[in-house]
Amino acid sequence: MISNIWLHPALILIIGACFVPFFRGALRVPFLLAVPLAAFGAVLSMGHGSFGVVPFADWQLVFGRVDGLSLIFAYIMSLMCIIGTLYALHVRDPYQHMAAWFYVAGSLGVIFAGDFLVLFLFWEVMAFASVFLVWFRGRAQSLATGYRYLLVHTAGGLALLAGIILHYHASGSLAFELLTVGEPTMATWLILIGFLLNAAAVPMHSWLPDAYGEASVVGAVFMCAFTTKTAVYALARGFAGLEILIYLGVIMAVVGVIYAILENDARRLLAYSIISQVGYMVAAVGIGTTIAINGASAHAFAHILYKGLLFMGVGSVLHMTGQSKFTALGGLYKKMPRTLIFTLVGCASIAAMPLFSGFVSKSMIIAAGFDAHLYGATFILLAASAGTFLYNGLKMPYLIWFGESRCSQETWDRAGDPPWHMQLAMGLGAFFCILVGVYYPYLYAMLPFPEAAAAFQPYKTYQLAESLQLLAFTALAFYFVRGLLKPKPTITLDLDWFYRKVGRAFLWLARKPLQGADAAVNNAYSTWGLNPLMTISRFWSWFDWHAIDGVVDGIARGVRGVGDQVRHMQAARLQVNIFYTVSIVAVLLILYLFSN
Amino acid sequence: MIVDFIDTLRRHLPLLAKLGLALLALLLLWDVLLLDKSYAHSAAEKLPGFWSMFGLGAALVIIVVAKIIGGMLQTDEDYYDK
Repeated sequence: MISNIWLHPALILIIGACFVPFFRGALRVPFLLAVPLAAFGAVLSMGHGSFGVVPFADWQLVFGRVDGLSLIFAYIMSLMCIIGTLYALHVRDPYQHMAAWFYVAGSLGVIFAGDFLVLFLFWEVMAFASVFLVWFRGRAQSLATGYRYLLVHTAGGLALLAGIILHYHASGSLAFELLTVGEPTMATWLILIGFLLNAAAVPMHSWLPDAYGEASVVGAVFMCAFTTKTAVYALARGFAGLEILIYLGVIMAVVGVIYAILENDARRLLAYSIISQVGYMVAAVGIGTTIAINGASAHAFAHILYKGLLFMGVGSVLHMTGQSKFTALGGLYKKMPRTLIFTLVGCASIAAMPLFSGFVSKSMIIAAGFDAHLYGATFILLAASAGTFLYNGLKMPYLIWFGESRCSQETWDRAGDPPWHMQLAMGLGAFFCILVGVYYPYLYAMLPFPEAAAAFQPYKTYQLAESLQLLAFTALAFYFVRGLLKPKPTITLDLDWFYRKVGRAFLWLARKPLQGADAAVNNAYSTWGLNPLMTISRFWSWFDWHAIDGVVDGIARGVRGVGDQVRHMQAARLQVNIFYTVSIVAVLLILYLFSN
Repeated sequence: MIVDFIDTLRRHLPLLAKLGLALLALLLLWDVLLLDKSYAHSAAEKLPGFWSMFGLGAALVIIVVAKIIGGMLQTDEDYYDK
């Protein structure tokens, strides 16, 4: 029974997604824009409270826990869904839009989930929908990358599920509230592992650059916004004040910076930069004070906007030129000037330049660190901030838009600003980045602890002097050593090496020694066993052909024909089949729950 | 318009570099002479030009560490295809 008239934005997106294939021609674009707008409208119209409470077996499932923490995440995610869909309007393939919306619905479902069962359901919707955003890139390696992504997330999902079951056994409750972080149990650790894997916490991070570097142009714009930030929300809800998160967050911030500096692929650079930025949020959740939770939420809000903008900018370069590697780009300001300007707004925001969004959110986390007297951690976060400006504010725009052109003639000829709707989406992203940076009360009023936020003043003289010096002298360092940052056609090995190479070793084992042994046995068999058998079988074959087949032939051919068709359908469209199955199961589940 | 503007900037790179250096000097002077350091969180920040040196030092350390790690872990792009 729905306790009130309350429309879940995830339901709007899921039902909308199912209708995407039917809207073609003139109605396609209006429909694609109307659905995310409706979802955003549903979020805007919400008041605090518990909605969508459904009795299920012995439990009360809560689909709509609406409070300050869930609302700010839902607000920015449904806003990003509008921007992302606008950016994706050129995509004719309805399944990409469906996958994207299902994915956002998964995130929103988690954000509003009041209990672990609903959380887990939407957690899995998120993983299964987003893998299609990788597969739809359509390259040979996309398939393998997608399966790796799915495998890692299934493992994380299993840890989460095991944790949830243990937690339920121990406490008798499925409610998703702050867990006892003082004395963590096995259940708490397992749930934490599930959350941390999605937050791309080191050492469970390498799925992120692997998948986001390979996703479709549009897919990466969506993916960069939702999975990790949903995990940040879940951590803030369940693990605020867990000390280990401070150290993990700091490690993430540093590791992300170092890998981003070494990276040759612009989208993988941005992916490592997500790990670094989410590190700030994870550290803030670990600090756990009101200002720290405000900071984590504000930074997630700002991050979704500027990271989406950066992925749209670099995605436009990839969309137009077919290239995302620095070794094949350079000097593009002449061909893609507007994309440059939009991307620079994103760069300034992520670098926490005053008047841009990252400044008003990151300074809150830094202040929380100093207030809690965590000097070491906070100074390392500030140093990582210098690194962020280095790779994202200086290296990335320099190597794509300025410096010498390393473009091939084809790349250069293809380059140009992207279609209008992509520019409009980037313009919207840039507008919000500047709005948040300039008129910060817009963001602060939405934070989970608005009174504490209202008392926080980001633009103080001392903080301005601190930030401006930090950024300016980082730029000086870049000027001195920019020769060291010349792009090289390399990759940097990461921890995915273990599962990628162990997988190979297993394959080798299967291929060489096992297959060798198998071949030896086969040889012996064919010499000593097969020849006599063949003679006998030739007789039976003759008997079969002349006597039995006459009767069975018709049936046999029929069965073979059907089998062949099924086989072809499965082999060629395996992903589409999985997609249909998952979609139908999700819709049935939700309809079932809501019809009760 | 944007392209013309950037082209103009590129033609005057030496001047831009000088302006940049002047800005750095101004920021440093601001910190040393004018800035009220009673808002500092730690004693180290009261050193003159602390945040300038911190920015420069942090950036250089990060690049050196990245280069060392890169020396150990960077490999060919087709590493996983082999």
